[in-house]
Order: sequence, then structure tokens, then C-alpha cells
Amino acid sequence: MRRAQKPIEQDARELYGLLAKFNTQDELIAASDRTYQEGYRKFDAYSPYPVADLARSMHLKSSPLPFVMLAGGIMGGVGGFLMMTYASVIDYPLNIGGRPLFSWPTYIPITFELTVLLSALAGILGLFFFARFPQPYHPVFNSEDFNEHGSQDAFYLSIEAGDPQFDLERTRSFLENLGSAQVSEIEA
Amino acid sequence: MEITDRTPIVEPGHSYGSVNREISAIPLTPVRRTPLGWILGFFVSFLVMLLFLYAVTILFVYGVGIWGINIPVGWAFAIINFVWWIGIGHAGTLISAILLLMRQEWRTSINRFAEAMTLFAVANAALFPILHLGRPWLFFYLMPYPNSMHLWPQFRSPLVWDVFAITTYMTVSALFWYMGLVPDLATMRDRATNKWAKRIYGIMGLGWRNSVRHWNHYQSVYWLMAALATPLVLSVHSIVGMDFAYGVIPGWHSTIFPPYFVAGAVFSGFAMVLTLMIPLRAFIPSLRDFVTKRHLENMAKVMLAMGLIVAYGYMTEIFNAFYIGDAYDVFMTLDRFGGFYAPAYWLLILCNILIPQLLWFKAIRRNPLILFFISLAINVGMWLERFVIIVQSLSKDFLPSSWHIYLPTIWDIMTFIGTIGLFLTLIFLFVRLLPAISIFEMRELIHHDSHAGEHGGQHKGSDQDSHASEGTPAD
Repeated sequence: MRRAQKPIEQDARELYGLLAKFNTQDELIAASDRTYQEGYRKFDAYSPYPVADLARSMHLKSSPLPFVMLAGGIMGGVGGFLMMTYASVIDYPLNIGGRPLFSWPTYIPITFELTVLLSALAGILGLFFFARFPQPYHPVFNSEDFNEHGSQDAFYLSIEAGDPQFDLERTRSFLENLGSAQVSEIEA
Repeated sequence: MEITDRTPIVEPGHSYGSVNREISAIPLTPVRRTPLGWILGFFVSFLVMLLFLYAVTILFVYGVGIWGINIPVGWAFAIINFVWWIGIGHAGTLISAILLLMRQEWRTSINRFAEAMTLFAVANAALFPILHLGRPWLFFYLMPYPNSMHLWPQFRSPLVWDVFAITTYMTVSALFWYMGLVPDLATMRDRATNKWAKRIYGIMGLGWRNSVRHWNHYQSVYWLMAALATPLVLSVHSIVGMDFAYGVIPGWHSTIFPPYFVAGAVFSGFAMVLTLMIPLRAFIPSLRDFVTKRHLENMAKVMLAMGLIVAYGYMTEIFNAFYIGDAYDVFMTLDRFGGFYAPAYWLLILCNILIPQLLWFKAIRRNPLILFFISLAINVGMWLERFVIIVQSLSKDFLPSSWHIYLPTIWDIMTFIGTIGLFLTLIFLFVRLLPAISIFEMRELIHHDSHAGEHGGQHKGSDQDSHASEGTPAD
């Protein structure tokens, strides 16, 4: 999606790609499946609610975020436990009724809390990173129809002009043949 | 989900369009057409919140001496309210996380609201321990940070665990809530006609565009957050329970406290969801299609189950006192039955054990008005439970010469009532400014429902995979 910036005067209305509209979830699943089979890779599907089959039909890799969260959790848990050990045993030993300094069972609640805290923070930060949030501008927002229906009741498929397979006429007729209700060009 | 209950979770006749329209219509109502009821409710809540600000200002000027606390009753209203509010918060996380993991679809229309309730309740709860500090401006001493005094918090103390538990709980609840809002904020952005509304929702919506690549990441984080929030709720209230159980005071020093506190928290939390949901449903008729009697009934069932666990906790406390036969424990229990604070004890038994037994009857579970009063009674009962545990146990400790009766002062009461105002103010603002029901999850639900209709009711899970194989369109 990030492409070399061209001077504006050279090509003021650069093409981002084609946007096809579908009325049902099942049509979109079938369409994205066909698009992948046809060899397109730079394409995206839009659905107003999560549909697991769409990710499958687009052959998306499963999200790496669970591992990011796992890493965050391990950091939080191990880091928290070591912090408490360092504080209570080495840096600030307090003798309370002769109890052992390394009384690790009492460290467990905070270890758990920090595991959850860092894991959750890693998940959200990771989501921002992988989904590139915040992202106030995206070419699909140039479509009036998408703004009106994309977050509400319609399903869309976009194929980017940057895809090696992309050919305006051929791709357009391909999308029309997929049963799209409407195919439009999107400016970058 | 049970097969026998045919009451829908969404009233029939709804489509994507109507769901989008009806839920977003409330926040998108122009300022000049704000319903009078909202203005009135907000105004009253706001006034009550000002009471809180006044009481806290006086507190900061004169110190905790203006409260009724004494030695031995050093923990009174502040800690009662802390435990009460945090318990109310737990139902929200339970509804949004545990019911999500158990694929209870009926949660969809109440989870957003319940999460908001959690957030506001936890914010209120977090205020109290800080207000209760002698020098509240030094609250950051509770955090481990490199400081010039070379001091560390005492990590072996449950009170320090509490700091971590509450901070984590608040952060995770806020993140989970906001994350759930993002797709809806995009819908609001696209539906808003006012330029500023569009911009503000747009900024808050982060540029969400419903891309499947986004959903792919989003879903995996959302489910994992739910999976993290579930044990978190249990740990938070267990730690609150341990604040007491670690003490040697008769009436506190008991291993049943952590689980019994968790059940009590869920009990009062569900009661609070009903206390808020039933009037909201009454005043905003369009919500009745999404929050049906089925929801009320299900919540009532959870309340009944939790109430029975709480009742079991009470019985165990009494049984243990006599079974162990420790003179102090026996005395404390008898004092609970017949001492100075006995009316509070018997009232809590009435509110928490006897009145909820009405929920065994289906007709009562499906009657919003009666349910509303039962939920109010439970809220009161659970507050009294914490009052009895804290004040009654502390007021008569081991040495008769140190016994002291605690009575709240006007400042105690104002601070408590004031936080209810703060809570309601936030709830009113939330309902007015953000979609109170998760729109995208409702769209998903509507799809599932219509899909179930097409396939003659064969539903759930297994049909998910069949989508991809349903033939490709002819070309």
C-alpha cells in the first residue's frame, strides 16, 4: 500500500485499483477465492462484520499477534517476578518475623497481574502496528458508495493497480463476471 | 444454548440497515433534539457528582478525620465502597469475556453497556483507597519506581497486590472496551452528518475500514483479550478477598474469602446491570428489540446461581466459627446475630438470600418491574454485606477496652452518594455519545439468525465451513 510518491502535477488522478461491490457475504467469499486462484495477490476484501471464511478464502496467514501477546506476557511475568525478587531479596531485604526473604508464593499474584497487563498492552500495540493504526486516509475512502455502505451493509473486494496481474480492462471484466453488483475505479 | 427457549435474542424483522440505524440514532441525535428525560437525568446525576467534589475538597483540606473512622474501625466507608464498586465492575467483564468465550450469543446486545459499566465502576472504586490515604497526593509511593528514598513497596502484602490488580484491571478493561468500539466508531463516522461528529468519530475510529486483513488481526487479539480478562476478574476479586483474609481479625481470617468474594462480586454486578438496563429499556423503546426479556431472564438466572453461592458462603462462615470453636470467632458470630450491627446483618440476609429466591419463578424473571426491585435489593444487600464484614468485625476485636462503635458522618455519606452521581453521569454521557450496543456484533448476529432460517434451523458452528464451498458464481 505504500508506494513511491509521484509529483502531483505528473499524474493527479493516479489509479489505486478497482473496487467491486457484493450484496452478500457468500458472494464475497466466492469472489475472493476466485481472485486468489486467478493469481492476484494485492487485493483486499471488506466486510462489515468479521467472517472467518473470508480470511481463509483470501489465503491470509493467521495473525502473528498471538505470539506478540505471548511474548508480552512472558516479559511481564518473568520481569515482574525478577523485579520482586531483586527488591525483596537484594535491594531492600526486610526481616518480617524471620520469614524467608525469597518467599516466592507471595510474588505470584503480582506476577500474574503483570503477565496479563503486558500481554494485553502488547496485543493492542501489536494491533496498531500490524493494522497500521491510526490510518486516517486510505484510497478506498474515495469511493462515496464505500463510505455509505462499507461499514454498514455491503461487501467489497478491491484489487490494487500495483498487482502484476492488474490490467484495467481485463480485471474489470473479471470482477464483473464474479457477479459484482457494481465495479468502480478508485483514485489513490 | 438451550433449545427449548424460543424467545429471540433479537426481535424478528431486523436487518443490517435497521440495526445500524436504530443503534446509531441515539448518539447521532442532534444536540437540540436531546430528549428531555436525558437532560433531566444528566442534570440530577451531575448535581450529585458535585456533592462528591465538594465532599472530596473538604476531605483534602481537613483530612480523613472528618469521616467517622476511629481505632479500631480504621477501614469503613472508603473500603466498603471500594469493594462494592469493584464488585459491580466484575459483571461487565464476565458478560463481555466469559460469555464470549462460551459463545453465548445473547451477550452481544448487553456486552458494550456492561463493559462501560465496568470501566466507570472501577474508576469509582479506584478513587476510594486513594481518598482513604492520609496523604492522597503521595499515592504514587504504591508503585515500584526508582526513588531517591531507596524504598520499594512491600510485595508480600495483599494491599500492594491490590494496587497491581486494580491498575491492571482498569487498563485491560479500558483497552478491551475501546477495541470493541473501534469498528462501531467507523460506522458512526460514516453515518454522522454533522461535520464535527464525523471528525471526532473518525479520529477515534483510527481509520478502520472493515478490511478482512484488519479483521484477521482484530479477531485474534479480541479473543485473546477475552481469554486474559476471564482469569483477571477472578484474580482481582480474589486479591480483594485476601486483603481481608490475610488479617487476623475474627470475621476476616478465613480461607473462604477469595471465592466467596468473587461470587458476591458477580452477584452484585449482574444486579447493577439489571438496575441500569431495565430503566434504559423502558425509556428507549428501540432498545427493547435488542435487549429482550430473554436477556433479563438469563441475567436473573445467573444472579440466582451466584446468590446461592453467596448464601453458601454465609453458612460456611457461621458453621466454621462454631466448628472450630475459637472463642473470638464464636463471639464475633453471635455479635453479628444480636449485637449493635445486627439490623444490618439481618437486612443483608433478607436482601441477598431471601428476596432472590423469588427468581426461581419464571414469571418473576420475565417481569422487568419486579426484577428491577429485586436487583435494587441485591445492590443494597451487597453493600450491607461489606459494611458488616468490615465495620462489625473491626468494631469488636480481641480487647474489649479497644472496642468502638463506628457511625458514618455526613462526609462519609456524601462521598458515597457522590460516587453514584459520578457513575450515573458517566453512564448518561456514554449512552448519549457512543453506541451502547455493539453494532458490528449485532450485524454478525443478524447474519447468523437469517442464515439459520434459510437452513431450517440447523445452526451453530458446523455450518461455518460450508460457506466457502457454496458454489462459485457462473461466469
